[in-house]
Amino acid sequence: MSVTTAKANAPKRTSFLYSKTIAPYVFVLPFLITFFVFFAYPVLSTIQMSFQEVLPGATKYIGLRNYEKLFNTHFYRAIYNSFIYTILTLVVLIPLPLVFAVFLNSKMMIFKNFFRSTLFVPALVSVVVAGTIFRMMFGELENSFINSLLGVFGVDKMKWLGSAKFGMLTLVLLATWRWLGVNIIYFLSGLQNIPAELYESAEIDGATTWTKFTRITVPLLKPVTIYVLTISVFGGLSMFIESYMLWSGNRSPNDIGLTMVGYIYQQGIEQNNFGMGSAIGLVLLAFMLLLNMLQLKIFGLFNKED
Amino acid sequence: MDNKPSWNVSSVLMVVLFIVVAILVLLPFYAITLASFKPANMVISQGLTFRIQPELLTLENYTSLFTKSAGTYFTWFRNSIIITVLGTVASLFFSSLVGYGLAMYNFRFKNVVFTMILLMMMVPLEIIMLPLYKLMISFKMINTLWGVIIPFVVAPLPVFFFRQYASGLSKEFMDAGRIDGCTEYGIFYRIFVPLMVPAFGAMTILQALGNWNNFLWPTLVLRTKEMITIPIGLSSLITPYGNNYQILLAGCVLAVLPILIVFIFFQRYFISGLTVGGVKG
Repeated sequence: MSVTTAKANAPKRTSFLYSKTIAPYVFVLPFLITFFVFFAYPVLSTIQMSFQEVLPGATKYIGLRNYEKLFNTHFYRAIYNSFIYTILTLVVLIPLPLVFAVFLNSKMMIFKNFFRSTLFVPALVSVVVAGTIFRMMFGELENSFINSLLGVFGVDKMKWLGSAKFGMLTLVLLATWRWLGVNIIYFLSGLQNIPAELYESAEIDGATTWTKFTRITVPLLKPVTIYVLTISVFGGLSMFIESYMLWSGNRSPNDIGLTMVGYIYQQGIEQNNFGMGSAIGLVLLAFMLLLNMLQLKIFGLFNKED
Repeated sequence: MDNKPSWNVSSVLMVVLFIVVAILVLLPFYAITLASFKPANMVISQGLTFRIQPELLTLENYTSLFTKSAGTYFTWFRNSIIITVLGTVASLFFSSLVGYGLAMYNFRFKNVVFTMILLMMMVPLEIIMLPLYKLMISFKMINTLWGVIIPFVVAPLPVFFFRQYASGLSKEFMDAGRIDGCTEYGIFYRIFVPLMVPAFGAMTILQALGNWNNFLWPTLVLRTKEMITIPIGLSSLITPYGNNYQILLAGCVLAVLPILIVFIFFQRYFISGLTVGGVKG
């Protein structure tokens, strides 16, 4: 009864915009506008610009010239740095947080919440602040923080940001410091979804801690691991500000800190060469999509049973 | 494993391990806080050090941060606050609408819209920053706070998050609302907004944190001293000669402090905010 009266009343006090068929479109309208103006248009525009020489007032098509110019040592270095950084961050930032999360989830552990929160604190800090801190800690002076710490163990002072090897190490340590706690939280939330009965029945069957870890914990954490892996790959390949802060903006010696996004910034913003910058961006995008496909294939996400 | 916590060798080892890790994680904060209270020449000649020398500690860096260049720090602070507040409020408003609409209604192109969101998530800002920057020039939004905020008001991640959250709510509330004479928007505003309070809480924190710390896009859009935010201002203190380090350190400490205080009070929401959207499945 009341349903019919509500329906009968509806046209009287509501206009076209208020109808049940139109409302959902009103709800998603802000997204549609953003998508077309601030996403689809820039994507198409960057594809177009990658084939152009973009000068103020005089833009002309130059075919594949921008892409041909990419075959240079700076770009090779940038690709190398981005990939090494991504791989190293994966090597550290997946197993380490996973093991730490298992420890923190253990019944024998005390002060769980305290450690969880403490390890998360670096994630609150802006890259600018984090970069400044690390740049100073890894200073080349004898009594700089890290050098004086190593001095205690009799290790000679080092120019951390002066060589490719140690510069990369500093970048990876910075990433570890910032993201360890965040990844621990992802893994912890995954662990809490594993039913305790699985462990109990494994114990009845006489499973050791190690077997339980490799046969139950790791396989059941697969969705979380894939998620962490995905965001780490994207984050790693688009790393730039960290290196910008450590070497005062793209001025690293011999490009030891140059990344792919750093090269986009250098060409596009600093040298105002939007065409070249766009071409670099599209190569980066191609790498990302390729890795994503590869990862989906490896983890069998194309299989229906998952 | 037994149910009551028992003290044995492995639990002691784990606690020791975590104490060591916690110290390592907090060490950098100790280092900059200490250095920010040291005289400028000491910071330059020594870099960051462990040793506390009480006779040397001074507030000089903080006073010069506030007084030099006519209180620019407060301008940065104001700009950061405006961007954080407006950006966060606008993003929550629009993203919750979109996410709710996607989760609760069946309409044509619904799957198309969802695919668009996923597509947007897969292409990072870095790849489209040049054309986006050009677009902002043609919109005359360069060097305005709006130029920082508007392109990202409806970001895919918060939309996705609200969609996930709303999907878990019962659609029966919608019919109940209609029977009681609510309009479609009234149903959202009066019934679902209150139901989604936890989602709003988590997203407020994450969006505010992101806006406060954001660097890459603001640094492209904001051009003059009067318009820049704290992270940009701080990075501008780094010159190849490093002569502003001591002010920079004081600025860093003050940039972290507000978030740290918020974090201490809202830890639970920070942490739940990270996991609710992402890791289902």
